[in-house]
Amino acid sequence: MTENGTYVYYPGCSLQSTGRAYDTSTKRVAQHLNLTLNEIEDWNCCGATEYFSVNALPAYSLVARNLALAAETGGAPEVVAPCSACYLNLRKTNDYMHKFKKLGAQVNQALAAGGLHYEGGSLRVRHLLDIIVQDVGYDAIGAQVTRPLQGLRVAPYYGCLIVRPDTGYNTEYPTHLDALMTTLGATVVDFPMKTHCCGGHMTQISEEVAYELIRRILKNAADYGADAIVTLCPMCQLNLDAYQGQVNRTFNTDFNIPVMFFTQLMGLAFGLSTDELGFGSEMVPAMPALSRIGRELPEERERPKRRDKQALPMPTPRGSGRSES
Amino acid sequence: MSEEKIGVYVCHCGHNIAGTVNVEEVSEWAGHLPNVAVAKNYKFMCSSLGQEMVEEDIKQEGLTRVVVAACSPHMHEPTFRGACQRAGLNPYLFEMANIREHASWVHQDDKEAATEKAKAIISGAVRRAEELEPLEPFRAPINETTLVVGGGIAGINAALEIANSGHKVILVEREPSIGGHMAQFDKTFPTLDCAACILTPKMFDVGNNPNIELLTYSEVEQVDGFVGNFTVRIRKRARMIDTGLCTGCGDCWERCPAKVIDFVYESGLGYRTAVYRPFPQAVPKYPVIDTESCIYYKNGRCKACEKFCPTGAIKFDQQDEVVVANVGNIVLATGYDLFDARRIPAYGYGRLANVFTSMEFERMTNASGPTNGKVLLRDGVTQPESVAIIHCVGSRDKNTNIYCSATCCMAALKFAHLVKEKTHAQVYNFYIDMRTAFKDYELFYNRLLEEGTHFIRGRAAEVTDAARQPGEEGKLIVQAEDTLIGKQRRVPVDMVILMVAMEPRADASEVAHRFGIGCSDAGFFTERHPKLDPVATMNEGIFIAGTCQGPKDIPASVAQGEATAARVLSLIGKGEVQVEPVRARIDEDRCSGCRICNNLCPYGAIDFIAEKGVSRVNPAQCKGCGTCVAACPSQVITGQHYTYDSIMAQIEGLLYDQRTPDEHVRVLEMEPA
Repeated sequence: MTENGTYVYYPGCSLQSTGRAYDTSTKRVAQHLNLTLNEIEDWNCCGATEYFSVNALPAYSLVARNLALAAETGGAPEVVAPCSACYLNLRKTNDYMHKFKKLGAQVNQALAAGGLHYEGGSLRVRHLLDIIVQDVGYDAIGAQVTRPLQGLRVAPYYGCLIVRPDTGYNTEYPTHLDALMTTLGATVVDFPMKTHCCGGHMTQISEEVAYELIRRILKNAADYGADAIVTLCPMCQLNLDAYQGQVNRTFNTDFNIPVMFFTQLMGLAFGLSTDELGFGSEMVPAMPALSRIGRELPEERERPKRRDKQALPMPTPRGSGRSES
Repeated sequence: MSEEKIGVYVCHCGHNIAGTVNVEEVSEWAGHLPNVAVAKNYKFMCSSLGQEMVEEDIKQEGLTRVVVAACSPHMHEPTFRGACQRAGLNPYLFEMANIREHASWVHQDDKEAATEKAKAIISGAVRRAEELEPLEPFRAPINETTLVVGGGIAGINAALEIANSGHKVILVEREPSIGGHMAQFDKTFPTLDCAACILTPKMFDVGNNPNIELLTYSEVEQVDGFVGNFTVRIRKRARMIDTGLCTGCGDCWERCPAKVIDFVYESGLGYRTAVYRPFPQAVPKYPVIDTESCIYYKNGRCKACEKFCPTGAIKFDQQDEVVVANVGNIVLATGYDLFDARRIPAYGYGRLANVFTSMEFERMTNASGPTNGKVLLRDGVTQPESVAIIHCVGSRDKNTNIYCSATCCMAALKFAHLVKEKTHAQVYNFYIDMRTAFKDYELFYNRLLEEGTHFIRGRAAEVTDAARQPGEEGKLIVQAEDTLIGKQRRVPVDMVILMVAMEPRADASEVAHRFGIGCSDAGFFTERHPKLDPVATMNEGIFIAGTCQGPKDIPASVAQGEATAARVLSLIGKGEVQVEPVRARIDEDRCSGCRICNNLCPYGAIDFIAEKGVSRVNPAQCKGCGTCVAACPSQVITGQHYTYDSIMAQIEGLLYDQRTPDEHVRVLEMEPA
């Protein structure tokens, strides 16, 4: 945690358009948790997922401008990005400018044209979810929960960007969003597709590929009986939500799973209203799922009282094996 | 200036040194150093011709000191000390200069600098050699009893070989029975002979050999002393069974109401009772009471075993026992742990019911295992129609272990064969490379190819139950890139077996520390030399065998166990050991008796002689580490062979080109701490 709970805030383009609900709910939740988010003044697009492949040096310079402005914003040495793509680009540029001195010099040459300079590595770039679970912590969040999300079955969807590389979380099967949802009182379904790609901008390049990627994730969430998919990336949210109808038409399916931001669910659990949290802008309406909050879930996976004489024991960590009599 | 006649010999080590260091120039240069009478270079100093050259010069030229500039002293210091001794020169007047590891190997890209560095190293060695004093090694008798730690197949063979030669062995095993991992197996590759059939006779022999004292359910807590003369403290955990009365009849475990998952012998796939014998052929035959799961120790009731024991052998209040023993040699054969497959969550172990580890499957195919040898899914009823076997789980993976576990390819082939034999299932092996080295292993692979097992070359990316295509519903899907056809494949199966890696025991570094030996980066015990001394360690008298040294299969473990026995017997045959005289010595006339050194000594080798008011080093326990030498505020402790004068002379020698003729290295005066 920064000293005074203050972070430099980089919202990114999506949060001003398709992901406005993410921006609204982030600010509202931050306020509730006494976090100060100092938005970078006059920030620009991070280049999203394509620009680095098209023209690398201008792409790094584009991102570095935001870092340079962030350093000027002050208040904290840490930049927080709620969007996975923004987070990745900011972090990559920050690390590479520090690690590859030549790149750093070239980028700074470009920045100098605008009277800016940035020392690679001088700021720390973090994703919003990381700040919530590490700096605020599950206990402090749990203490704020006034309306537990009991009865809501969520599929925690991490997307492919935030756990790679070397973020301290398990890359292939992260569980920190799961733990956060459990803290809020929601029921987490096992979700093997949790870090698979949502297709990103492939919707604009090859619909066929993108729809199949989206279908897999929706199907998996539906198979596991999720009421909603909870995500932390505006791109993931857009693909799974806005293209759900198209996927249904293409594959002759009938998925109807709302896709929400984790900040929206945090706000709900903290007792904030749906209006304050940007609900209503999603394509697949969230309300039917939200109406399930508070219901008693049937104990589906209740363990048999007596051990099934035939079945072999499931693997349990050594030492936690229940003694059975 | 001393009057020594020093011989300097610069070794080429083939191209290892001569390829980088200009050995002719260095030996020519060394010939002009003060007191150097002879300076030569030769292709292989360690060869018999090289050694004879040294011996000849000592006799003909009357050399009083010898410096060989070659490799690290680990390997060849004893070689050249031997040469000196044969020519009548005290072996401790020999000094080795390491110009291979310290110069040629690390500076291959700068030949000139490497040559200059070799000169400095040799100059230091020559100056140090002048200050060396003749020393005599200690002689100590060898205790003929040997301690073997670990009762797996390696330890069993070591113990039997030594015991059969008529010498006593104490065999210490942590579990209630000997047998180790091999006792869990059903078949052994590549011959598919039954593991129990070849192991249990050996276990029986151990139990009945009058020369073997078997301490099961026991652990070594402390080791003191040195080669030939170790003192070990062994804790015999309380079995809660009077083994004098117990007949091993089994009434107790048949009546025991507390059932728990057996994580050790059944690898978590089966249950055992709180009072238990791990398996029917256990040696010794006596059970133990696991006090953590026994109902009596929880609420003071039950005692069913006591009620039904016909001989009154249950002793709920038995206490641990500590055995102190004197032994001459120690064999460590502590084995391996299995990689925890949960560390690769993408394979779903612990989450997806029908993902099994290799050891779980091993128990499943064992006729005395939880399914009586039937290949079944986790429900205990359904036979799989398709099985995927994933190789290298926790091996050859930079995220977990980078090494190859050596045995899993063959075990995977064995499993594929057993699945085919016991079911009609299709079997898919996902492998990176098929490693079937060693005798007749490739034949077994060929046999499997003919049996119709599917081999997919590619590391499996994930195991998931997230169905994507028709035909995948209700199955486990293994996704992998088939690198032979260059395509992604999704193979739906009913059962997945993860070939988990062999890892060092969780407490390997602790055990290594206790016995004074080292561990490799991966955590396995380090041998003295990877090729030429594979079962000895840097601690004289302590040997290692089997998988505690690195992943290996049964034949290799057996061979190492027997090799350690040969090494132990050869030491016992000698009757006495020569112990390096590199020891601390206290000048009692100048010792103030402050006793600072007494508590600092990590080996408890310094005694305080109260009547004289001085401290004294017990040379039998001293390891020559030098801690006391550095700590003594009066500087009256000398490290023999590493005296102040010899170290200062060596530093002066190293800096030969850095000082004016009348300038000497000064000892920095420091206030005692």
